[in-house]
Amino acid sequence: MDTKAFQSLDCLPGTLREAVINLLYRLADDELVIGHRNSEWTGHAPILEADIAFSSMAQDEMGHAQAYYQMLHQLGEADPDTLAFGRKPREFRCAALVCLPKGDWAFSVLRQFLYDAAETVRLTAFVESTLVPLAQLATKLRGEEKYHLMHGRSWVLKLGVGTEESRGRMQAALDVAYSCALGLFEPTEFDEPLAQAGIAPRESELRRQWESAVAPVLADAGLHVSEAAKPVYGGRVGRHPEALKQLLDQLQLVYNIDPTAKW
Amino acid sequence: MVSETQKRRNRTATRIVDCRLSIVDCRLDAGAAGGSSVANRKSPILRALESVTDPEIPVLSIVDMGMVAHVRIEREKIAVDITPTFVGCPAVGLIRESVAAALAAVGETDVTVNIVFDPPWTSDRITPAGREKLREFGVAPPGPRCGAGQLTEPTHVPCPFCGSLVTELESLFGPTLCRSIHYCHRCLQSFEHFKPV
Ligand SMILES: [Zn+2]
Repeated sequence: MDTKAFQSLDCLPGTLREAVINLLYRLADDELVIGHRNSEWTGHAPILEADIAFSSMAQDEMGHAQAYYQMLHQLGEADPDTLAFGRKPREFRCAALVCLPKGDWAFSVLRQFLYDAAETVRLTAFVESTLVPLAQLATKLRGEEKYHLMHGRSWVLKLGVGTEESRGRMQAALDVAYSCALGLFEPTEFDEPLAQAGIAPRESELRRQWESAVAPVLADAGLHVSEAAKPVYGGRVGRHPEALKQLLDQLQLVYNIDPTAKW
Repeated sequence: MVSETQKRRNRTATRIVDCRLSIVDCRLDAGAAGGSSVANRKSPILRALESVTDPEIPVLSIVDMGMVAHVRIEREKIAVDITPTFVGCPAVGLIRESVAAALAAVGETDVTVNIVFDPPWTSDRITPAGREKLREFGVAPPGPRCGAGQLTEPTHVPCPFCGSLVTELESLFGPTLCRSIHYCHRCLQSFEHFKPV
């Protein structure tokens, strides 16, 4: 493995530049879309603390998306606002998991847990990235992510061993969400160059780490992963559930009316 | 006779002084072409930065918070690097404007304020003086670093009002991104804790 460090985004040679741009779109779009989904609980969560938690996580994820979009901007892409508000659904590179509607509370907390576990695995790997700006950002984000994962894990355990109804709802949520969560690790043509340059591990490796991180928590919660769970792919190449279009219609509403509006 | 508490206070006071000196000595770098005029500008610049507060915790300056990563002075130009507490912190834009305004007020008008993630801000950067001000404000200061990757829940945080350790975590998320909510079983009230990150 070539372990030469890239001190800045400008140091990337042309081939890797394209790979890093693709990676950053995947990271940023996942964060933006799940951030928006979390914000849909603001004012609607079952208890006040849950409301504050999802609103806080929404704010965190939006902030993370902005930081990744800023890196994209440094690599010559449009400015962060244009990237978030000015792109069509097929230009987004997010996984199906984050696109799905918020569903019931069980679905939202379970989705969030699966997502945060994946993000933690990714960020932990990025701390060692040869791409120094990514390693620095990951070091920072990991400290924040820790609280999301603690929150998600405690809800999964609480509802998994709660009442018959809560357990049933959690299992139903897992049956839908698990396949989509596997889609977070959709392989791309950029896996090899990124891994060989030491910028990011292969998606298959991240998936393996994620599975061993979530399995014990799901087992403790009494939830079962279906043997038949097959990854839902397509998000990383711009094929998304219809739900993404509806989400973006809402997220981009003001920008579409007046791109120069200040609010 | 000096009590134990008083001795502890004195030791804290010494650390505060040391810490401030280190800010002046290490974090204010004068450019090569600076000379004595740069040296004369150092303390007004530092005082100006100390007048900028975090709008979400108005008793703490950005210097107390450890958010001033670096100040570079080169002739009339000043570059200030601010390392934000949380990446999604909505106060960053305001802090950036306030830094420029505070420096302008002491005659420094050629100012660039950069938002950086290197060094990453962690709660370890809050100065001893900052921790004391947090406690007086009623927010329990962060404990020693938990390690960003570890799932150690902030339980048994000392109550900022009575010091009791018989407290429990009520909510990991609070009124701002940087605070969690706890309950003290001794003085029977909720309090906020600045999260260790
Ligand atoms: Zn108390």
